[in-house]
Amino acid sequence: MTNTKFRPRFSRKLLAIPYGLFLGFFVVVPLLIIVYYAFTDANGKFTFENLVIFFSGSGGDSFFQTARFKTILQSLFISFTSTIVCLLIAYPIAYIIANCKLKNKFGLLLLFIVPMWVNFVLRINALKELLEWIGIYNKPGWNIFNTVLGMVYDFLPFMILPIYTTIIKIDKSYLEAAKDLGATPAKAFVKVTLPLSKAGIMSGISMVFLPSMTNYVVSNYMTFNHTKIIGSFIDECFRNDLWNIGSVTALLLLTLMFLITWATGGFSTESETNTRGTSLW
Amino acid sequence: MVKIKSCLKWLFVGLIILFIYAPIMLLTVYSFNASDTISSWNGFSLDHYEYFFNMDNQPLPIVLQTLALAIVVATLSTLLGTIGAIGIFYSKKRTASALNSINQIPIINAEVVTAISFAFLVVAIGLPKYTYVPLIFGQMVLCTPFVVLSIIPKLKQMDNNLYEAALDLGATPTKALFSVIIPQILPGIIAGFLLAVTLSLDDYVIAEYTKPNTFDTISTHIYSLSKGSQVEVIKSSYWAFTAIIFLIIVIAVIVMNVRTGKKAGKRQ
Repeated sequence: MTNTKFRPRFSRKLLAIPYGLFLGFFVVVPLLIIVYYAFTDANGKFTFENLVIFFSGSGGDSFFQTARFKTILQSLFISFTSTIVCLLIAYPIAYIIANCKLKNKFGLLLLFIVPMWVNFVLRINALKELLEWIGIYNKPGWNIFNTVLGMVYDFLPFMILPIYTTIIKIDKSYLEAAKDLGATPAKAFVKVTLPLSKAGIMSGISMVFLPSMTNYVVSNYMTFNHTKIIGSFIDECFRNDLWNIGSVTALLLLTLMFLITWATGGFSTESETNTRGTSLW
Repeated sequence: MVKIKSCLKWLFVGLIILFIYAPIMLLTVYSFNASDTISSWNGFSLDHYEYFFNMDNQPLPIVLQTLALAIVVATLSTLLGTIGAIGIFYSKKRTASALNSINQIPIINAEVVTAISFAFLVVAIGLPKYTYVPLIFGQMVLCTPFVVLSIIPKLKQMDNNLYEAALDLGATPTKALFSVIIPQILPGIIAGFLLAVTLSLDDYVIAEYTKPNTFDTISTHIYSLSKGSQVEVIKSSYWAFTAIIFLIIVIAVIVMNVRTGKKAGKRQ
């Protein structure tokens, strides 16, 4: 006990102060500004009108009035489809790599991750050129398909990585036990592997669902600005000085983000899978 | 039966790899095309590469300034993130978990929301964009949380007694920090730095909202090209760039793989 008296006053936890201030000023304050704009009108008076406008699709500014609901529904559809397609591709891939007999599994996994290191706009540009080459770029009827394709192309690694990390960690003795107890391989998969990889699936979903609703670069690029999603709606609100309605939309997205994250347990730092490829390095 | 199953399995893996690489491969092939469009093949030429490597044309300076920005942002993020991670790790449980949660926000938040909220702040405090301050701080918001996340696991693995021992042996806390803690978490710091570089290079949305009007990154430049039509030459010179980047990455991956392969071999 007496020892502590002679220790200098410097304490390591003081090091948290600069970063704490940074987070407070550059992350928390901006979000509070969004809340402020969401609940005020153009004159800065408190109002719920933006929320009403958003949900009723009428009144307020005439801009986007008719397009808004179409945008939201379309965006949800694109996002759901992209997430499901990503999952249907990523799970088998992750499973096959994790269970293959190759010595260098990581090398095989890298094949799926490497394109992520090419600049994202360059990559989307490449996909666009491919579609143009095939002849389905900017053709009527193909826009939604092309957007989903772009999202899947872009976010597939985010789904493969966390699922792979959870499958590779599964203790093989559970599967042996299931086999010894008479389970067929299919049953063992459903009863053992699938539940044990749930964490990876959830974090994969949380990393694909929200971005494929908001990444307007993909949707604009893949459809020559023809297909609108919620992200492009927010972007256009900002560019057209409709900050209040844009903020309401952003706030709803934030709420959705918190719900998804809370449901998938992403706020605990224990879930190391929930980090866009940090585990790779 | 087993053979067919395994064949189907690898066929599926192969098809997905084809899907992932086809666009980049196509651009690599057409980067040697004498024409500016993807729709016709006019014979082999190195024109796109020549155009790209000429400093008088737009692409190369933009690539270089994007790289410079990424290094500045990553360095600042790594400094801030390293200090922050150590601080958070030794904070009281409540403070630590609050800071950790806030740290997660820029990671899981939609980029457009982060960008717009940050742009609101920039407007609110009246920071002019031409100072580059909004751009650098905006990208730091994006990168620093990832740096923190890559350092915290290393802090957890660290043997805490070493720090205490250093103090008992008469080291000042600052000295103990630099000669005991930092070396032990160095792999995490390096990983965080690399991650920050790639995030900054990859970023479009934040840069678009915070950059000075006269400044472009690779992402914002290519995106702006997609809107115009008189820019086929510049556009196709970026095909050459895509091919070069891809080649660099492939080489890096092979080197990494050989190295990890050797390590694994040693262990066995």
